[in-house]
Amino acid sequence: MPAIISVTHLSKKFKEITAVDDLSFTVNEGDVYGFLGQNGAGKSTTIRMMLSLIKPTSGNISMFGKDLNSHRSEILRQAGAVIEKPDLYKYLTAYQNLFIFAKMSGIKVTRQLLMQQLEMVSLADRAHDKFETFSQGMKQRLGIAVALVHNPKLIVLDEPTNGLDPQGIADMRNLILKLSREMGKTVLVSSHLLSEIEIIANRILIINKGKKIVEGDAAELLDPSKTIVQIDTLNNEAAIQQLQQSGRASLLLPSPDTIRLQMNKKDIPDLTKELVGMGIGILSIQPRHSLEDYFLSLTTQQQHVDTITN
Amino acid sequence: MWTLLQIELFKIAKRPRTYIAFAAIAAIAFIFQFAFKADGQSYMDLMLQSVKDTFEFERVKAINGYFMCYIILNTLLIQVPILVALIAADSISGEANMGTLRLLLTKPISRTQLILVKFAAATIFTLLLLLWMAITSLLFSIMIFGADDMLIFRSKGGESQILLISKDDIIWRYVAAFAYATVALTVIAALSLFLSIFAENSIGPIIATVCIVIVCTIISNINVPIIDKNVKPFLFTSYLVGWKGFFYIGTTGDGETIKGSIENWPAIRKSLLILLAHIAFLVTASVVVFKRKDILS
Repeated sequence: MPAIISVTHLSKKFKEITAVDDLSFTVNEGDVYGFLGQNGAGKSTTIRMMLSLIKPTSGNISMFGKDLNSHRSEILRQAGAVIEKPDLYKYLTAYQNLFIFAKMSGIKVTRQLLMQQLEMVSLADRAHDKFETFSQGMKQRLGIAVALVHNPKLIVLDEPTNGLDPQGIADMRNLILKLSREMGKTVLVSSHLLSEIEIIANRILIINKGKKIVEGDAAELLDPSKTIVQIDTLNNEAAIQQLQQSGRASLLLPSPDTIRLQMNKKDIPDLTKELVGMGIGILSIQPRHSLEDYFLSLTTQQQHVDTITN
Repeated sequence: MWTLLQIELFKIAKRPRTYIAFAAIAAIAFIFQFAFKADGQSYMDLMLQSVKDTFEFERVKAINGYFMCYIILNTLLIQVPILVALIAADSISGEANMGTLRLLLTKPISRTQLILVKFAAATIFTLLLLLWMAITSLLFSIMIFGADDMLIFRSKGGESQILLISKDDIIWRYVAAFAYATVALTVIAALSLFLSIFAENSIGPIIATVCIVIVCTIISNINVPIIDKNVKPFLFTSYLVGWKGFFYIGTTGDGETIKGSIENWPAIRKSLLILLAHIAFLVTASVVVFKRKDILS
């Protein structure tokens, strides 16, 4: 699949604060690309740079094979975005808001097209109600309609489930899957709600403090052969030594308090036997599967490294 | 650009705030007209008191539509900058406050285009405001008071002076005066637009615009030689009331007015050029600053 977004060595500094630090990643055509990070990790800053709202301090962004700086309008014509909150003109109706942004996107606007878009996000019956009367979920859906009205190839959604109730979150998830599977769109979706991303994304990027932690296929990151296992023993130092010698697992967090490692789930019984055979008393072994734990383990590891470094 | 301008004007037209300015102008014009209809004679007696022995004029005719419009404009054109700022200062900051600025800038339009369109829309709003002022203060006054020769009271070289303009020599002066006022108020629009780039709500730039206008107006009225020479020529407020120049009719050596003449056209032309230079500077500065700005709203 050709790359739709290619970000290389992207950095952004706000005075002394480095919001994005040497970030590189690629989004391929047809991806639902999950962009994960805790609040303040640099997701929104990165997305804003991709949409030319913020100027990078250094690095390059190319989209659809073209440099963003020199082909801004051409690129933005093929992209639709909802950045953070779906803010639209509160004194205008849903139809009028959609009309305005469709015209700005440079397409031929017809009543039929606008109503189709409103139909798609289940707002056709509220077309002539003012935006200020909408619930958060309806605002979010109208924001999506605005992002899609010019039929872009790429949809960028920054924290699309923020402020939504459980039903709204489920609707949004279904809409994203529909955009990808039925309409063939490439979707970049950022979130700190990792449980949402693991359901919809086929590729994932995790960042922390502006830096890339990991990028890869969701299936690979959730691979059972790379299960995260947390072990507590009566003698962690001896356990760590044994684990390092056995080569059975890669240590993620070899601290005297907690051992966190990545290994194949089926090797857990053998590992247990080995440790017990060495006379190391095991207090607990906790295998973890979800991306959320993976994310937490990686960001915690990063924080741990930072603590040691500082 | 035309589509964008249409969209901007549509948005302005849909905002309730827009109509505050039109309502305010109509209210002020109506209050003046009502007051002069009820007791205009007292005002005229006061104004003509010093020249009652030397100046012959039928006082009833002196309060006519043309005269009324001049009186209203004298008051309104000082207050209208605030009304212009209400809309122009909201141009960028209002979008930032609503959160629509980031969406606008993810559309395939350049930042330069956006600023130019915002400025054009603010200019059209100013023009419409003055057109409305012409309707309420000139047209309605003529309908209420009728049309006749017009008296202009002025102070020149510390002395009071009264000029008389015949009724068939007035309309073009009003057209020119309103055109001049449009340029003068467009400076306010450009200033408000520039200030709105730095804010994320419109209150700040509105207040800042009004403060700048007030401070500059005060400085423009300080009669100290060093300020007269070094500061006043560069302040736009020194030229805001330049529209009055169109009513200062030229006179012969004998003091006879010359129909169709203006006393000091070069001064008006210079004022216009300085105002236009202010507009060009402020709009250019707006484009330059906005192009470099990170949109964090």
